[in-house]
Amino acid sequence: MTWLSNDLVERLRDVASRPELASDRYVILRPIGRGGMGSVYAARDEQLGREVAIKVSNAAAPTDDLDQRLRQEARVLARLEHPGIVPVHDAGLLEDGRWFYVMKLVRGKTLADHAASLEHEAARLVVFERVAETVAFAHVAGIVHRDLKPSNVMVGQFGEVLVLDWGVARVLARTDRESGADHQPDGLIDGTSGGTRMGTAGFMAPEQAHGDSSNAGPPADVYALGALLFWMWTGSAAPPDLNEVSRSLGAVSPAPSRRLAAIVRKCLSHAPADRYATAAELMDDLARYRQGSSVSAHRETTIERAGRWLVRYQTFVWLVLAYLVMRVAFAFLR
Amino acid sequence: MKKPVLGLLLGAVLGAFDGLTALATPEVASQIVGIVIGSTLKGLIVGALVGWYAYRVQSLSKGLLVGLVVAAFFAFLVAAMPQPDGRHYWVEIMLPGSIVGLIVGYATQKFGEGRSIPAR
Repeated sequence: MTWLSNDLVERLRDVASRPELASDRYVILRPIGRGGMGSVYAARDEQLGREVAIKVSNAAAPTDDLDQRLRQEARVLARLEHPGIVPVHDAGLLEDGRWFYVMKLVRGKTLADHAASLEHEAARLVVFERVAETVAFAHVAGIVHRDLKPSNVMVGQFGEVLVLDWGVARVLARTDRESGADHQPDGLIDGTSGGTRMGTAGFMAPEQAHGDSSNAGPPADVYALGALLFWMWTGSAAPPDLNEVSRSLGAVSPAPSRRLAAIVRKCLSHAPADRYATAAELMDDLARYRQGSSVSAHRETTIERAGRWLVRYQTFVWLVLAYLVMRVAFAFLR
Repeated sequence: MKKPVLGLLLGAVLGAFDGLTALATPEVASQIVGIVIGSTLKGLIVGALVGWYAYRVQSLSKGLLVGLVVAAFFAFLVAAMPQPDGRHYWVEIMLPGSIVGLIVGYATQKFGEGRSIPAR
């Protein structure tokens, strides 16, 4: 009796699990990754002669919840046309009736792998702001991501930043102006039922962690963005206690400034009402921070304000000082 | 406030202050009124030119350079006029004068209302 090698078993398993596409337009090349909801394969689009990525549901049956989620994800992605979101090219059914969708094949690293190369604050904030901008765009479109984390952010070869995995995204109901009634946009469902817990520990807002994902609105994404910012400085997931957040941020070297730490703390507030209402509000405060202005998350003392002014306009201050020193020197050298 | 107006005001104030520092020089203290008026006028002209440039061109480095060159040029004209004792105060006039130009150049680039880009 001959035993099969592990390598061969792995290859057989890979071939056996490859999806059977009904059309011959796409040729599956290799698996890229497998998540809880679906598997992603690199494939070749024979019609257009390019490589694409195909995400296939892991569901056992086409009627499964996972299959519906994949369909929802494809529809959400199709609604969100933004440079920070992977575009969907096509969608369809496998021979066994499960859903798949075709998207751009992104070459790059996840933020989890890329973060080590972001040494300086400015480089980290550039990546972070692109993530926040994408999430802000989604919020305006009435969509909440609900699972932002380093492995769901991809940094491409040319520095492009993409937010991935919208599989547990929630589509917010729109209120009809005339009737006042709430309704879901065409073809989209809310995405959760009460008591469902969705997200990733350490990046999940308290309201999600307590199983209230159906009420997780934009502030839940703001929490995750704060956790992402915390992770970019400390390399670890955010602790639930805000004092511990402050201690951890103060312990890293170089530590973020007080104003930036305050922005992180505001995002990580336990109550959604204490956070920024949307990712756009967070971005506004970050823009003020980067310009050297005061931020809404931090009430400055007079000394802090003076110090910030001196740093912001240090060229001006140095010029005035140089002038005064010169005048005094001339007076004494006479 | 428009940048040229800011340059004008700042140039006048700094020019007047620069002129008043002549009080520290006993040899010329008697002519202080003339010095302050002349220095203020010089500041007004430099401020207006530098402010106008800042209104047209948004570039900190170019603004600083223009401030330096314009102020140094006018300071040179003032320093070239011999004092009653026959001396020329080249360094004492040109060095602080040039720094005042840099200050006006910096301030007009950083602050004040610039030219709005017309919509096409």
